[in-house]
Amino acid sequence: MRTLLKRPELAPFVLLIVAFVIAARGSHSFLDVSYLLDTTSLHAETALMALGMTLVIVSGNIDLSPASNLALTACIVAKLALAGLPPALVVVAAVVVGGVLGAVNGALVAYGRLPSFLVTLATLALYRGGAQALTGPASIKLPDKLYGADQLLILKVPLPFVVVLVFAVVVAVLLHRTILGRWIYAIGLNEGAARFSAVPTAAVKFWCFTALGMLSGLSAMLLLSRLGVARYDHARGQELDVITAVLLGGASLAGGRGTVLGTLLAVALVAVVRAGMGLADVEADYQLAVIGALLVGAALATGGLEKLSSWTRMAREVG
Amino acid sequence: MTNVLRIGLAAVAGIVVLAGLGCSQKSETQEVTQAKAPGAKLKVVYIPKKSGIAYFDEVVNGFHVEADKVNVDFTTVAPDSGDATSQIPLIKEQIQKGVNVIAITPNSPDALNAALDEAKAKGVIVLTIDADLVGNETHRAACIMPTDADAVGPAQLDELASELPSGGDFAILSATHDAPNQNYWIAGLKKALADPKYSKLKLVDIVYGDDDPGKSTTEAEALLAKYPNLRGIISPTSAGLPAVAQVLDTAGKYPGGAHAVGGGIVLTGLSTPKQMKKYVDKGVLQKFLLWSPRQMGVLACYLAVKMKAGEIKPDEGVTVSVPALDDHKFGAKGIINASPLVTFDKKNIGQFGF
Repeated sequence: MRTLLKRPELAPFVLLIVAFVIAARGSHSFLDVSYLLDTTSLHAETALMALGMTLVIVSGNIDLSPASNLALTACIVAKLALAGLPPALVVVAAVVVGGVLGAVNGALVAYGRLPSFLVTLATLALYRGGAQALTGPASIKLPDKLYGADQLLILKVPLPFVVVLVFAVVVAVLLHRTILGRWIYAIGLNEGAARFSAVPTAAVKFWCFTALGMLSGLSAMLLLSRLGVARYDHARGQELDVITAVLLGGASLAGGRGTVLGTLLAVALVAVVRAGMGLADVEADYQLAVIGALLVGAALATGGLEKLSSWTRMAREVG
Repeated sequence: MTNVLRIGLAAVAGIVVLAGLGCSQKSETQEVTQAKAPGAKLKVVYIPKKSGIAYFDEVVNGFHVEADKVNVDFTTVAPDSGDATSQIPLIKEQIQKGVNVIAITPNSPDALNAALDEAKAKGVIVLTIDADLVGNETHRAACIMPTDADAVGPAQLDELASELPSGGDFAILSATHDAPNQNYWIAGLKKALADPKYSKLKLVDIVYGDDDPGKSTTEAEALLAKYPNLRGIISPTSAGLPAVAQVLDTAGKYPGGAHAVGGGIVLTGLSTPKQMKKYVDKGVLQKFLLWSPRQMGVLACYLAVKMKAGEIKPDEGVTVSVPALDDHKFGAKGIINASPLVTFDKKNIGQFGF
C-alpha cells in the first residue's frame, strides 16, 4: 500500500479516469475511438518533448527552450527539404539539428556550470529569434511527400501516436532499467553525492539535454508533416505545456522524482480535459483555469500521499 | 506491490477503452438519427482569432441576429491565444460535433490547411471572415472581407477634405512600416490625392506608431513640434487614432481647443467607436470611419445557409441579396465585401457596442 501511495503517477492516473468519465458524460461525441485516436496527433509533439523533459527534470534541471528548438529545427529542415534533400534524410536532419541545439544547452549547463533556467531562458529567445531571422514572416511550404504523417494509420493508429509509444518505451527503459537512468535520479537527488560516487555527472546532464533536443527535432518533423508549413512562430509557448505535463505526471522540479508513465498519463489527462471541455463548449479561458487547477491539485495530492505514506511507515516503526 | 499496481493499471485502462468502444457505437447511431430528423437546424460555428476581443464579439452579434431569422443553430468558440496553430484543436472538435458550417477568422494563412481540408472532406463548408487564407484560397469555400479595401484610403482623404475646405498640410500616423493593410490603404490614399479636387491638401509626412499607445503618442507629439502649420492628421489604425486624439486634447490644438493655431488640427482615421466616444463627445474630432463587423456576421450567417443548400455559389459576379442589407457581389477568388464604410459621429456613436 505504501509503495502504491508513493507512486508519482497515481494522481494523474486517477485524474485521467475521472476526466475521461466526465468528458464522456459531457458530450456524446467524445467517446468515439477514431476521433480520440485522431486527436492524439495534436498532442504527439508535446508528448515527445515531455519524454525528454522528464529526463532533464529528474536530473534536477529545467529546459525552457524545446518549443523554440522545435520552431528553429522545423524552419531549417523545411529549407533543406525544399533544397531537395530526400524525405528520409530530412527526418535524420531534424533529429540531428534538434540534438545539436539541445547539446548547446547541455554543454553550457554541464560544462559551463551555468544554471539551466538561465541558459535555456536565453536559448528560448535565441532559437526563436534565429528561426525568425532565417525565414522572416513568411511560411515555408513543405514538399508534398513529407505532408500528412498524422493521416498515415498503422493498425488504425495514427503514425505520430505510434512514434510516441515507441519513444516512450525507449526513454522508459533508459530511465528505469539502466545504470544511466539510476545516475540521472542520483544527480537529481544529490549531485554532490553522485559526483563522489563516481557518477559522470557532467556527461549525464549533457546527454539529458541532448536527448530532449533530439526529441524536439523529431517533434518538429511531426508538426511540419501535420501542418505542411514551417513558420518561426509555430509552437510558441508550448514549452509550458511540456513542463506542465511532466510536473502533472508527478515529477519534482527539485529533481530525483518523476517517471515516464506519469508524464504520459499527464499528457493524456491534459488531452482528455481539453477535448472533453472543447466538445462541451467550455470556453478556452476556463479550460486554462482547469488545467492550472489540476496542476495545483496534483501537486497537493502527491505531497499529501507522500505524507500519508511516511505516516504509515512511522506507525509501523513505532508499532 | 509494483507488479500488482501495474496489472491494476492495465486492467482499468482496458476497461476504459472497452467502455469507450461500446459507447462510441451508441453515439454514432444517435448522431445519424439526429441528422436525419426532419427540420433539423443547420449548425454553424464561428471561430474568432482569440477570446475577449470586442471587435469579434460584434461579428458574433451579427451571427446571432441573422441566425434567428434563418433558423440556424449558432455557436461560437475561441482559442485562448492568437497563435498560428491554436485554432486547429477547435476545428477538429467542431467537425466531431457535426457542425455543417465553420466560419473562421484564421490566425494563419496556411497552418490551418490540413484541418480545414479535413472539414471539407466531411462535407463541412468553410468560410473565412475578416482575414483570408492568402495564397491558400482553395482550402475554404468563400471569404467575407469587412469592406472594399480600395475605398478605405480615398474615403479618409475625402473625410479630411470635407472638414478642411481651405486645405493645408497633413500627416499620416500609421501602425507599423510593413503592415500590409495599412500600406495598401495609404497607397490608395496617395493615388486619390493626385485628383485635382484635393490640390489644396499636402501630405507632409508618414510616421509609424507601431500600434503601441506610447509610441503613437510620442510620434504624434513629434508631428506637432515638427510641423507648426499642420492642419490635419489621418490615423488609419484603431490603436493610433485614440492616441493622436489624446495628444490633441492635451495640447488643446484641435479645432476649438484652447491652443488651436489657425483653426486647429483636423483629425480623422479608422478606429472602433467605443474607445473614441469621449473624444467625439468632447469635439476633439468630428468624424472617423470603420466598417461594420456586425454586418460580416450577418452576411456570413446568411451565406452559410444559402451555400449549404446549394442556392448560392461563390463565383465572381454572383449577387447575394440579404434581406435588410444592400446587395453584395462576389469578386474574384470567392471574396465578398460585407459592408460599406460606416462614418461615426456625435449622433450615431452611442449605438455601437465595440
